[in-house]
Amino acid sequence: MKKSIFLGTLAAAALTAGTAVAQDTLEEVRDRGELNCGVSTGVNGFSAPDANGVWQGFDVAFCRAVAAVVLDDPMAVNFVPTTGQTRFTALTSGEVDLLSRNTTWTFSRDVDLSLTFVGVNYYDGQGFMVDRALGVTSATELDGATVCIQTGTTTELNLADFFRVNNMSYEPVPIETNAEAQQQYLAGACDVYTTDASGLAATRASFENPDDHAILSEIISKEPLGPAVRQGDDHWADLNRWVLNALIAAEELGVTSANLAELAEGTDNPEINRLLGTEGDLGEMLGLDSEWAQRALAVGGNYGEIFANNIGEQTPIGLARGLNAQWTQGGLIYAPPVR
Amino acid sequence: MSDTHAQTVAFVRDTMLPEREPPILERGAVKWMRENLFNGIISTALTVLSVLVVAWGVAEIGPWLMRSIWDAESLSGCRQILDGASGACWAVIKDRWHQLMFGFYPPDLYWRPVLTLILLFVALGPILFPWVPRGMIRFSAIYPFLGYFLLWGGSVWFPVSVALGFVAGYAALVAFRSLGTLVSTIAAIIAPILWWLIAAGTLTAVLDSIVPLGLERVDSDEFGGFLISLVIGFTGIGLSLPMGILLALGRQSNMILIKSVCVTFIEFIRGVPLITLLFTAQLLLGYFLPPGTSFDLILRVVIMVTFFAAAYIAEVVRGGLAALPRGQYEAADALGLDYWRAQRLIIMPQALKISIPGIVNTFIGLFKDTTLVVFIGLLDPVGLSNAIRASSDWQGIYWELFIFIGAVFFIFCFGMSRYSMYLERRLQTDHR
Repeated sequence: MKKSIFLGTLAAAALTAGTAVAQDTLEEVRDRGELNCGVSTGVNGFSAPDANGVWQGFDVAFCRAVAAVVLDDPMAVNFVPTTGQTRFTALTSGEVDLLSRNTTWTFSRDVDLSLTFVGVNYYDGQGFMVDRALGVTSATELDGATVCIQTGTTTELNLADFFRVNNMSYEPVPIETNAEAQQQYLAGACDVYTTDASGLAATRASFENPDDHAILSEIISKEPLGPAVRQGDDHWADLNRWVLNALIAAEELGVTSANLAELAEGTDNPEINRLLGTEGDLGEMLGLDSEWAQRALAVGGNYGEIFANNIGEQTPIGLARGLNAQWTQGGLIYAPPVR
Repeated sequence: MSDTHAQTVAFVRDTMLPEREPPILERGAVKWMRENLFNGIISTALTVLSVLVVAWGVAEIGPWLMRSIWDAESLSGCRQILDGASGACWAVIKDRWHQLMFGFYPPDLYWRPVLTLILLFVALGPILFPWVPRGMIRFSAIYPFLGYFLLWGGSVWFPVSVALGFVAGYAALVAFRSLGTLVSTIAAIIAPILWWLIAAGTLTAVLDSIVPLGLERVDSDEFGGFLISLVIGFTGIGLSLPMGILLALGRQSNMILIKSVCVTFIEFIRGVPLITLLFTAQLLLGYFLPPGTSFDLILRVVIMVTFFAAAYIAEVVRGGLAALPRGQYEAADALGLDYWRAQRLIIMPQALKISIPGIVNTFIGLFKDTTLVVFIGLLDPVGLSNAIRASSDWQGIYWELFIFIGAVFFIFCFGMSRYSMYLERRLQTDHR
């Protein structure tokens, strides 16, 4: 008797859980009045709280754009700091609606972990940083070097592959965190530090004499980073995908935060008109109003502006666009047509 | 003696010699040094070595500390002021002081956590020191509810109706006392649970609609820094002591059900690392609970930390109970005291006195373990130090932040340890 009550309760709980998952995420966010956005606990330029406790960064900017589109308030975001271990469960268990946390899009994460990546907002790759005094100009000259490497990461495997393919030997210096790596590298415990190129740039920016260190041009792995949502709610995934695409398309079409108001009154370019909602009914198809993209762009500008303000060459991190330039500029950033 | 002798023995002294100072090697600083520092070859060598190590440390760290920078906007600003020299850049503490203390708590409401902390010491007074007026203990009893109300805000009627649950429990204990200890104990446990499940929510809603009183609500995700450490630490300490005592008593119980439940609980919790429990709280509960019923993360962590500490306290208290001679239990029985009175008046005062060092040891461990929440994404001081380093202004700053965090933790832990020594001295009843 007791057992059946117990099982019944369990089944009821599972059932309510099931129905709640099936509920439209968009509706849920609107009811809550707040977007739960999973970010990292702190990566320079990508997400970090400033002195006033306001989150800033490249990943954060995407959360704010989505919040502006859905809730008409870029500040209505509840940032949930997640660690490497907790990020995917936070998303799949429903604790966050959106994971915008420099996460590499891989096969197993997409298929096995049931995530839906809505696009790529940063093409990263593993690079090398060396002391200029060594006179090394190419990664192929690193034979016999001691390398600081974070254990248990894909970078460790990439490094082994790269050295084997090029018939070189190296001596690994295992380290645990980026902070430790900086200390070890500066203390001369290793000749080379290797991790994602964006991380290298941010690390180098914090050195006392950044110009003494060079980031080699070779990139030895593919790390496409992008925002992800739960699998199973295609509408929510579409919405996020097209917020990202709108930011990218706006840069291609020359829509910036400066000329947004002017262009929103209508232009001769039908593509811009469709994007900004003065023509067509694209917003309605998404279950939004026609001015959704305007709100997204009003927060931090288009993709290029977000990049420039958070991690671009004018910031201390100083990343060049490189692979992340528009396809028209020789990069990989490419939005499908907005029509 | 005759006078003749006085002439024949010329060397007999007729005045007292003035006291002379002891030889230079047998007095003052020299003697102390000879006895304590240079007492043999090994001792001398160790002394010289220690002096060299200390001198090296001072020479290394001294200049760094002497060139402390307090006013700068960023690490590069510090480096500019230092102009190549190495120096401590404490400006980061100044710049992020509020964040390290309060996390993301709304700045205009900082007075609430501050007031909570001040009132904490007021509430602790009557518990910790005998010279504080006894009447103050009433304030200590309502403090947990007051503290919750101040920190999280919301309707004032919620903590009030939760507190009424304890009143209900006490009322049940008194009402069923005539039916025996066991019945009244069970009633005292069931009554508040029924109250919280059935009546508390409605009462809150009704009272709130009649007299809407309350403070602005602050959600748990806005907590951070030392606020989180102190909330988790002190709630854990406050809850784990009574829970640990009950578990220890349950383990000694003759009732097989209670005994086996307590033993299983204690052994399970002690056999699992705290970090595993925290991951369970963070990850698994998220799956088990239906989405939408977001069960407050800080509350989850507090529960896990409390369980963890309670299991250890139970074993410490059991040690105290085991140290009591059997005669004490028999004396309590002979006096005709019931179970709870015997525990309260005879057994516990002695058992707890024995266990003080162990209990405080567990408390200090618990308080320091609160930093483990960094692994589940809560921004406690250590987590914030990472987040602060992630901003372009302060990337590359380590020692200053960790020294500061370590110093604050040291103040609290050292305070606890000193208090436990004071308590041991005060409760010393044997003759030495």
